[in-house]
Amino acid sequence: MSLFIIYSLLPLVWLFINSTKTQADLISTFGLWFSGDFVFFENVAQTLTYDNGIFVRWLGNTLLYVVLGAGGATLLATLGGYGLAKYNFPGKKAIFAVILGAVAVPGTALAVPTFLMFSQLGLTNTIWAIIIPSLISPFGLYLIWVYAADSVPTEILEAARVDGASELRTFFTISIRLLAPGIVTVALFAIVATWNNYFLPLIMLSEPNLFPLTIGLQQWNLQGTGVGADPIFNLVLTGSLLTIVPIVVAFLLLQRFWQSGLSAGGVKQ
Amino acid sequence: MKTRNIGRVAAGATALLLGVSLVACSADSGDNGGGEASADSIEAALEKGGEITYWTWTPSAEAQVAAFEEAYPNVTVKLVDTAAAADHNLKLQNAITAGSGAPDVAQLEYQSLPQFVLPGALVDLTEYGFAEHESLYTASTWGAVTTDDGIWGLPQDSGPMALFYNTEVFEGLGIEVPTTWDEYIAAGEAIHAADPTKYITNDPGGDAGFGTSMIWQAGGRPFQTEGETVTVNLQDEGSKKWADTWNTLLQNDLLGAIPGWSDEWFQALSDGTIASLPIGAWMPGVLESSAPDGAGKWRVAPMPTYDGGEPTTAENGGSSQVVLEQSKNKALAAGFLQWLNASQDSIDVFLASGGFPATVADLESDEFLNYESEYFGGQKINEVLVDAANSVSTGWEYLPWQAYANSIYSDTVGQSYLNKGDINEGLAEWQAQNIKYGSEQGFTVSE
Repeated sequence: MSLFIIYSLLPLVWLFINSTKTQADLISTFGLWFSGDFVFFENVAQTLTYDNGIFVRWLGNTLLYVVLGAGGATLLATLGGYGLAKYNFPGKKAIFAVILGAVAVPGTALAVPTFLMFSQLGLTNTIWAIIIPSLISPFGLYLIWVYAADSVPTEILEAARVDGASELRTFFTISIRLLAPGIVTVALFAIVATWNNYFLPLIMLSEPNLFPLTIGLQQWNLQGTGVGADPIFNLVLTGSLLTIVPIVVAFLLLQRFWQSGLSAGGVKQ
Repeated sequence: MKTRNIGRVAAGATALLLGVSLVACSADSGDNGGGEASADSIEAALEKGGEITYWTWTPSAEAQVAAFEEAYPNVTVKLVDTAAAADHNLKLQNAITAGSGAPDVAQLEYQSLPQFVLPGALVDLTEYGFAEHESLYTASTWGAVTTDDGIWGLPQDSGPMALFYNTEVFEGLGIEVPTTWDEYIAAGEAIHAADPTKYITNDPGGDAGFGTSMIWQAGGRPFQTEGETVTVNLQDEGSKKWADTWNTLLQNDLLGAIPGWSDEWFQALSDGTIASLPIGAWMPGVLESSAPDGAGKWRVAPMPTYDGGEPTTAENGGSSQVVLEQSKNKALAAGFLQWLNASQDSIDVFLASGGFPATVADLESDEFLNYESEYFGGQKINEVLVDAANSVSTGWEYLPWQAYANSIYSDTVGQSYLNKGDINEGLAEWQAQNIKYGSEQGFTVSE
């Protein structure tokens, strides 16, 4: 167990230690301990200002993609999953099969066909090329579906109907609260997936001003390769550290919602 | 950092899209936009002005574009920094496949040119009178941009190979600078025996660019393209000669496994863990900016040869700029390209950033030849590097699917490195997979 913890934490420790070094010290000093000048804050300042502050722009892009992409994905998954769990209609089995199939296809495999389709639509190299594919989360939909089937008792819905509440009102006042842990889970998955999305923006975007952090940092990293190389590994490392901070914060803030369902054991089953 | 894996994924995707594009684009090549292309039309377009987009990763591009816009105030150049060749090629390939979104002018490595020439993605600049620029450039770089009876770009820089070595390591052990590959092996043994943490050079076996350059230097000509007929023979005499030599280094544990371009690599270049590098002439600039602690220790010598006779070397890296068929204003794009790589104003900016030129006049100028590099302990490094530029052997060609070929290099040749086996077996496997892939893409491929 402790071995596993060391294995997981070592890269983070390394990342932090090395983001306190200058490019020169990074190359010439021992990697797993502090040495040379402590320039963490200089590195942060330089990361935020290098190349006219493009890092801040990338951070903003990533946030935009996460809010619209992951937010939209969560909303659509919630609506779809709830509907599939609580209402009966013809063709439900077929939808079930399609969604299970979709869960099995990795996003990377779809990236190239998606690219060709989007270029026909004239949407490549725009923010929509990142946001629209991020809206689709078959796994999230499936998760909400399964979760809603268990955590939103049909009896409560029936009681609400008897009391004369409309389906929409029932959904927004009762079901959505019961679904909250599931929604948070789906949101977390979607946020992490969008935040870390690499391959899709890599092929969709060619304009550095539209890059999310993942592609931007890789571009900085590649700057140290080949003819005319100008390595800025210290900024790549500091940038990487800054990049994981919001995700860690999101986890810490959201995990308290991430508990067993409110109504677990609420009715006789 | 997982740069290598990412690079491979990217290369794989390039290859995937390349496959699509070769099929998609083979129908429409040779459209010259109405047949009004000429040297005069360039001048007219530059006067008239307009906006063009330029994709490059050259650090000097910003200054070059600024100088250009000053000279031609009616023209606006939208500069997109693409950071490095791998992602750049992928994006370019995507835009070409998609039919829109490509820039007007783009930088391309020499090894990537055939991949874009063949599907008709590049403008043949012959009609714009670019043939008159031939005498400006070294034979090897001009040869690289003029395949298939067309002029597909203008050379920007070149990378004739030379042997960069850490004189502290060599002198400390009393080893002479090797002039043949046999001496190089002996030097490697001496260095590794004296200090097992030190290596004569690093080569983890994943760098196809290095492998092909070494085969080139050994006299191998494994790839030949004639229209859509391609020959792949990685068992020719030269390829074997390199593989056999490198086998000795590999099997005796004389090659460091440090991946290139990592922070570990720059560190090893600073502290003598890697004692030498057979690499392109653009390396001094990289060493100066990225391995500052190596200052004063490094020197450069001609590439070792196989027989100790006439100096012969190969190109390693280097790139050109091209005009794309997708460009809406080809004359203007050609005008920018001509200024970029054939005007002294632009080349001076490029040289100031530490690039190694492809232009004969600059290579022969006294100022360039007499430059004494402080980093290299006052050595006149350009004398050695210009000699190298003049002894690049001719007749080398890259594959029309070089990006894909490079992406599977570490899965084939790299395997021989992993189990310290015979590199020839890896080359045979690489050949087999290339023949299979090329045939699937509709080429007629033979051994």
